[in-house]
Amino acid sequence: MPPTAVATTGLTKRFGHQVAVDGIDLEAPVGAVYGFLGPNGSGKTTTIRMLLGLVAPTAGGVRILGEPMPAGAGRVLPRVGALVEGPAFHPYLSGRANLARLDAADRTSDPRTSRRRVDAALDRVGLLAAAGKRYRAYSLGMRQRLAIGAALLQPRDLLVLDEPTNGLDPQGTREVRTLVGSLADEGSTVLVSSHLLSEVEQMCSHVGVMHVGRLLAQGTVTDIRRTTDVGATIETDQPQEAARVLRELGLRDVRTGHGSATGVLGEVAPEKVVAACVHAGIPVLGFRVESPSLEDVFVSLTGEGFDVSG
Amino acid sequence: MSVAEAVRRPRPRVVSTRLLRSELRLIFTRRRNIAGMGVLAAVPVLIAVAIRLSSPGRDGGGPDFFSSVTENGLFVAMAALTLELPLFLPLAVAAISGDSVAGEANLGTLRYLLVVPVARARLLGVKYAAIAVFALAAAMVVTTVGVVLGLVLFGGGDMTLLSGSQVGFLSGVARVLAATCYIAACLSALGAVGLFVSSLTEQPIGATVAILVFSTASFILDSIPQVSWLHPFLLTHHWLAFGDLFRAPVAWDGLTSGLYVAAAYAAVFWLAAWARFLTKDVTS
Ligand SMILES: Nc1ncnc2c1ncn2[C@@H]1O[C@H](COP(=O)(O)OP(=O)(O)OP(=O)(O)O)[C@@H](O)[C@H]1O
Ligand SMILES: [Mg+2]
Repeated sequence: MPPTAVATTGLTKRFGHQVAVDGIDLEAPVGAVYGFLGPNGSGKTTTIRMLLGLVAPTAGGVRILGEPMPAGAGRVLPRVGALVEGPAFHPYLSGRANLARLDAADRTSDPRTSRRRVDAALDRVGLLAAAGKRYRAYSLGMRQRLAIGAALLQPRDLLVLDEPTNGLDPQGTREVRTLVGSLADEGSTVLVSSHLLSEVEQMCSHVGVMHVGRLLAQGTVTDIRRTTDVGATIETDQPQEAARVLRELGLRDVRTGHGSATGVLGEVAPEKVVAACVHAGIPVLGFRVESPSLEDVFVSLTGEGFDVSG
Repeated sequence: MSVAEAVRRPRPRVVSTRLLRSELRLIFTRRRNIAGMGVLAAVPVLIAVAIRLSSPGRDGGGPDFFSSVTENGLFVAMAALTLELPLFLPLAVAAISGDSVAGEANLGTLRYLLVVPVARARLLGVKYAAIAVFALAAAMVVTTVGVVLGLVLFGGGDMTLLSGSQVGFLSGVARVLAATCYIAACLSALGAVGLFVSSLTEQPIGATVAILVFSTASFILDSIPQVSWLHPFLLTHHWLAFGDLFRAPVAWDGLTSGLYVAAAYAAVFWLAAWARFLTKDVTS
């Protein structure tokens, strides 16, 4: 077994003048649930297309489950289930017939078990009751579920899911979360791109953050969180005094608010803050240490701006 | 564990017809294509009924086979094939081959087929095989309807060939079948052009129009005497040579040239499609 399920080196894609992916070294260890984050147009889907051999890199290389891509596609892709930029099926075929077609295309799949596996995949995404309906009559969420079902036609060592919860209802979203968890428990590696940071926070062990084609940060969720500053807030009726103490302790960016003083802890241990304030005779009414959410990390890395970077 | 299960998966079969069968099912169950087949089948019906209703004894004027229809019903099929060869049959093949890759790209299903994985060369092979089967089916539909209706309305029996000599009924049927297969081969060559065009775009309708323009331009050039040096290289130049099967002895020159040209077009355009598609970025 290779040490990394997905590894890229200097992976770059240029569309004309536009650099969509810019020299990224992505690394998802075997068994990880890797959250692939980034604002719209940051290059997530383009990266995923290169991982799967749909798009040829301008520079750099990809290895999936130890095999180089796209050279090893025939050997490695049967072990990979993928959802790329939303569902796509033949509109006038039923959900079941669409999955049967994909199964028929796979030379490694056993035709004798096809029907059973198709139904198992449909069942796993809650579509068994609607399996005979034509795809064009499916709702957005049903289509998304069918695409996830297609990725589950075979036992997979790696799943690459590009925004799997897009268009799903709350139950569907929660089911995808459970599904990803159970796939990871079965030993699969999952790479999931998403905008829903709370989602990613709940299901991922690792994250990578893309911005304008670059991989700004990558690592375990705990490590990534640590890269953003932890803040401490003292609630007191003497905020100016408290702020002075915080500055003396070495906290950065100290600000005073209405009945509180806040600063960035940096290297300072949180317990020292309370002790110092009490020592200075400041009445401490409350004390909070705010560890950043993934959203804070994301915004601090990719900026507050709403506009897509062209 | 999934890893262990994945290892237990059977080795990929070298030859699997499942994708081709799926492809054919897709083509022959699509409503648009069934309607198209209906149109192809309507032409021999029109011819047979029109000739039946018109006063007998009229001859001359129309294409070769028309005057012979009342003598032998088999000629209904040949008259229908002759009439459908410039437009209806190429249109049918253009619709299917134009849709082959561009249609999947347009729907987005192309990316999912490729990550199954289906190797790109294999996908083109399967798509082309399906186009060839469709071309044969399209020609066969015209022939079958024509033969059946012709025999019902005008009867069979010995066949008087265009060259005047007589052959038995079975020999006549064999000649009709051979002509149908020849036309299917010619149409398959057009299908290779279609496969190539289809691999260039994500717009199936655009591809279909381009293919039809190609075959029509070929017919037009073929009718301009000033470019006669070009004629032997035109895809459609030998298409009507199937009429030579109804002479005694059969004039093979045109037919063999036609098959060579068809094979050359099929090989060149299939390779062009392969060269284009093998490294193409699939961003649909
Ligand atoms: N076929 C293409 N031709 C030209 N530019 C492209 C093409 N595909 C993608 N791009 C550009 O590459 C950049 C990255 O696009 P990509 O689809 O990878 O973003 P993404 O991170 O998946 O965004 P989203 O979150 O909206 O899905 C964008 O600026 C996009 O305009
Ligand atoms: Mg995307």
